[in-house]
Amino acid sequence: MKYDVVIIGGGPAGLSAALAVRKEGIDSILIIERDDKLGGILNQCIHNGFGLHTFKEELTGPEYACRYIEKVLEEKIEYKLNCMVIGISDDRKVTYVSKEDGLCTVEAKAVILAMGCRERPRGALNIAGFRPAGIYSAGTAQRLMNIEGYKVGNEVVILGSGDIGLIMARRMTLEGAKVKCVAEVMPYSGGLKRNIVQCLNDYDIPLFLSHTVIDIKGKERVESVVIAQVDENRKPIPGTEKEYKCDTLLLSVGLLPENELSKLANVELSRVTNGPVVSDSFETNVEGIFACGNVLHVHDLVDYVSSEADLAGTYAAKYVKNQKGDREYLDVEARDGVRYTVPQKIDVKNMEDRIIVRFRVSNEFRGKSIVVEADGKEIRRVKKRVLAPGEMEQLFLNKAELEGVKKLCVCLKESV
Amino acid sequence: MKTREMICIGCPLGCNLTVKIDGENVEVSGNTCNNGVVYANNEIKNPTRIVTSTVKVLDGDIERVSCKTETAIPKGKIFDCMAEIRKKKVNAPVRIGDVLISDVAGTGINVIATKNIEKEG
Repeated sequence: MKYDVVIIGGGPAGLSAALAVRKEGIDSILIIERDDKLGGILNQCIHNGFGLHTFKEELTGPEYACRYIEKVLEEKIEYKLNCMVIGISDDRKVTYVSKEDGLCTVEAKAVILAMGCRERPRGALNIAGFRPAGIYSAGTAQRLMNIEGYKVGNEVVILGSGDIGLIMARRMTLEGAKVKCVAEVMPYSGGLKRNIVQCLNDYDIPLFLSHTVIDIKGKERVESVVIAQVDENRKPIPGTEKEYKCDTLLLSVGLLPENELSKLANVELSRVTNGPVVSDSFETNVEGIFACGNVLHVHDLVDYVSSEADLAGTYAAKYVKNQKGDREYLDVEARDGVRYTVPQKIDVKNMEDRIIVRFRVSNEFRGKSIVVEADGKEIRRVKKRVLAPGEMEQLFLNKAELEGVKKLCVCLKESV
Repeated sequence: MKTREMICIGCPLGCNLTVKIDGENVEVSGNTCNNGVVYANNEIKNPTRIVTSTVKVLDGDIERVSCKTETAIPKGKIFDCMAEIRKKKVNAPVRIGDVLISDVAGTGINVIATKNIEKEG
């Protein structure tokens, strides 16, 4: 089978990208999804707060997903469920397996990577102790509880203050569990302020910053965990240990873009984002392969995923229609407090008149300004009262100010 | 007079507010802008929250249908609301917006479905 555009993943990024491709007048589209439903992770994110930017109202995850799914059905965009993509080649042949089709390969003029991300597992943390039942990543617990209807645990400790962990602290409390505390190894929370207030403070759940789990006790099932304060090098401080009796430990310790397939297609990955390096058209180093959503870099707002995927879909469609000439890239350097930017490079000659650059900072900063320098000259300065790693930032760049520029950098400087 | 500490969630700045409560009189300090005063007043006088959870589905293609209170309910009613949600069972199919519980916990507010559930098979 041959398609103009094949999209890997039917979550918020894939759905939005598909609709954008269709809007550009392309009929031959295929979305491949491994789950038995479209919608991706939104199906288990039953809390509200989605869609404030996109729909100007507060929706729950399933409602937000449904708006996009209905449009995809309306547009009669072809999709396959229960299909696991196992390979993508750099000439855009996509191989998948499913019960219905067996082993299949489809050819695409453009591929959009929209596989999302997965959670960092316990194995990445080196916590001592046995391997008893009762240790879950926060997202796994969320799925078990919200879709499959299990209670998961009665007495809970949560490691990591990422948003999913905070949301699950409230969720488990509402379902009658006792959440003893949330421990965060960093001196600041990785989650949104609003979640700290409405998920922890509302239910008097303590948040211990600069603390981590140093031991998990129990052989068959978790019986208790030991938490200790850490120093500035994140080493546990002897004498600060506290033991909490519990039957469940949730881990909310970060998300990793899921790029095994990208690697098979020789897509270059960033060591900072763990996602593909892309240009302003969301194209990777492999011609005709585009990326968007959490597989590109982890977002905190689905609204931004949707708008980013909408752009990626538009660019992929334009690529299929051959509206793009030779590429010549200007690298965007991130430094002095800016961890990375997306895109990492800009094709100034072919770029739109105005593009969005999204980025994250490396620490909590107060009284700093976001500065863009072109060939050493300041072309943008935005004063910020506060910047935090948990909140994605964005700025706009105009084609007019980038023409002829050799060196471009985004950094933080003291506000004046 | 009582004093309460809270974090304003009006913007990412997240000001630490100190709120002095003297009867009807609320005095806010620690805020950067007026949003802090509005937020603190709401939190003291009438704190409300939208509650989201799931309800058991009979013969559905999945076990639970996600739900929410149609609008925010008083914070003090959250656990009464949850007790009713936990007791409730509904039959598939369910459509987004279907009323699952009307007038939950005497708040006058309905609990509605936030997911479409098909009949199993």
